[in-house]
Amino acid sequence: MTSPMSSAAAPLQVTVAPGAVTPAPDAPPQGGAGRSPGQLARLRFRRDRTGVVSAWVVLFFFVAGVAAPLIAKLYGKDPYTTYGQNQPGLLNDFGFPVKPNGGIGGDFWFGVEPQLGRDVFTLLLYGIRNSLLIATVTTLLVTALGIVVGITAGYLGGRVDNLVGRVIDVLLAFPSTLFFIAFWPVLISMFVSPEDNTPTWLIVVSLIAVMTAFGWAPMARLLRGEVLALREREFVEAAKVTGASPARIIFRELLPNLWTPILIQATLALPMYVTTEAALAFLGVGLQDPTPDWGVMIQRGSQVYQDDITYMLFPGLSMVIFVIAFNLLGDSVRDALDPRIRR
Amino acid sequence: MTITDPLLDVSGLTKHFPIRGGFPFPRTVGAVRAVDGLDLQVAEGESLGLVGESGCGKSTTGRLITRLLEPTTGRITYAGRDITHANRRQLASVRPEIQMIFQDPYSSLNPRQTIGRIVAAPMEIHGISPAGGRERRVRELLELVGLNPEHYNRFPHEFSGGQRQRIGVARALTLSPKLIVADEPVSALDVSIQAQVVNLLQTLQRDLGIAFVFIAHDLAVVRHFSQRVAVMYLGRVVEIAHRSDLYENPRHPYTRALLSAVPEVTAEGAPPRDRIRLTGDVPSPIDPPSGCRFRTRCWKATDQCAARTPPLARIEGDATGHLTACHHPETVEKPAAAQGPATPG
Repeated sequence: MTSPMSSAAAPLQVTVAPGAVTPAPDAPPQGGAGRSPGQLARLRFRRDRTGVVSAWVVLFFFVAGVAAPLIAKLYGKDPYTTYGQNQPGLLNDFGFPVKPNGGIGGDFWFGVEPQLGRDVFTLLLYGIRNSLLIATVTTLLVTALGIVVGITAGYLGGRVDNLVGRVIDVLLAFPSTLFFIAFWPVLISMFVSPEDNTPTWLIVVSLIAVMTAFGWAPMARLLRGEVLALREREFVEAAKVTGASPARIIFRELLPNLWTPILIQATLALPMYVTTEAALAFLGVGLQDPTPDWGVMIQRGSQVYQDDITYMLFPGLSMVIFVIAFNLLGDSVRDALDPRIRR
Repeated sequence: MTITDPLLDVSGLTKHFPIRGGFPFPRTVGAVRAVDGLDLQVAEGESLGLVGESGCGKSTTGRLITRLLEPTTGRITYAGRDITHANRRQLASVRPEIQMIFQDPYSSLNPRQTIGRIVAAPMEIHGISPAGGRERRVRELLELVGLNPEHYNRFPHEFSGGQRQRIGVARALTLSPKLIVADEPVSALDVSIQAQVVNLLQTLQRDLGIAFVFIAHDLAVVRHFSQRVAVMYLGRVVEIAHRSDLYENPRHPYTRALLSAVPEVTAEGAPPRDRIRLTGDVPSPIDPPSGCRFRTRCWKATDQCAARTPPLARIEGDATGHLTACHHPETVEKPAAAQGPATPG
């Protein structure tokens, strides 16, 4: 061996004394604070016009739902009174609105319901309120359950992960809509005798429970995969080397990195639960007349649309607008949070 | 080994990763012997370089010493305390003293935390409030590693690779450790930045008296940084010596082959240096060769090498502390040793 590595060691002679970057301790703290990934995402979102518009549309629907009683009070009507039967001149002998376009007018902004003669505007408001309540609560529960199960399975790994993985496989393979239709009446009959009226709160609670029980699997699966990838990252090992507890690693190191997939999945789940709930109501599972609901209104509309298409239009169009806006919002949120994805 | 009262004493350390197979009931069908009978010692304030090619178990060794992995057998003693199978609670008092610098500056910092929080995290975990507050300590550390302390509130994505590695160094220094395991701390950086970071580490080692286990595959970097160097092959130390002994007087054939593979700029027309070309691949650590691990690629291998594992011992004529695990060591090359450049540092 001749002159071992004299040249290979040469670049290391470049001496840059640490501290050469002269820090100015007295410098004003301007520019000291950097932009967090969250702030950057918010900036990107604000530049996305589709996202901003759909956010306003979605917000409008939520405000309408939350403020439904107030709006109804100002408007002076409620969704239960059968105005058409009480006031002459609104419905004809066959039970259809006398005025054109479903009876739209100054008194009844969205018209009058055929036969029963309820006010369509308040029906829709309360329908939005109930549907969104069910979908939002379900989404929150599904997200919470998915986070807990997914992170646990991913972080612990091994047997727990295997077991959870198989349960998720079964749940995803399950025809859940058919299951709801077949077993929901059975579930209700366990609590209420067939002679009695089923209380609305029980319907709502059971509906949310059943949808949550079948809905957490995709979220859990997604987060499990994310955690599997994250826990191999060196910053998790760095936390372990300093002696961090598993709780600290999960809540301080992992969870902040998981909000992106959680938020994306949740924004995609909510419109899905709105449509699922409506589809179930349409099929006779879940909320029923006279409880106002998007799905119930569409079901009612399907009975009369040949003679009065207007009644069907309001719940149908509003739901389409809401679901499209929410999905576009979900897309924009994803683009803002994950700028590497280009479409 | 001759170090009396070492800071870190590793003896007979093994780590076997089980291979699971079989259907429908998976069972252990074999093991990857990533580390298989490793001995080394690190004295207080000393830097030990750990070199070897990819897959020889360098990083696994680092992760065993910091107890990110559970050793299969063997013993790890830190400052007289057996930490081989200590759990998280038992390790709590040792954790502040053994820290780690990671290879990839892009994945070793949490992208969602400000560097102030990243560097302060070890103090938070151990409930330490230094005089003047945690923020002041973090600012001091940032200044120490050559970063602007005003960048306290910035996020990792706003920094370059070299700056990020400095943040990782600052984090490792937060609790004033006595031993830092640096797992290829510069191999992800480009050469000019490598020099800066290595020089930073060297200054810190000298000024703060921190012992280092410096894992690298770049022999030049190790030569620059470490007082002693251990060469690993297939999960074992084949040669360990003071830097000048090892680089100028390699006794193990593998060390020699490794040193001869370092690229070199020679004068035009000068005869090219002899390069020892090893044939074949590194044998699989699942089924390592019997006896000497290197015998399958060694040009000196005999029947004895297959039958008996050579012990890591001092060979006649070597300096104290120069241990080699070989039945047929290379002969001393006086001229080569004389031509060697003065070791930097």
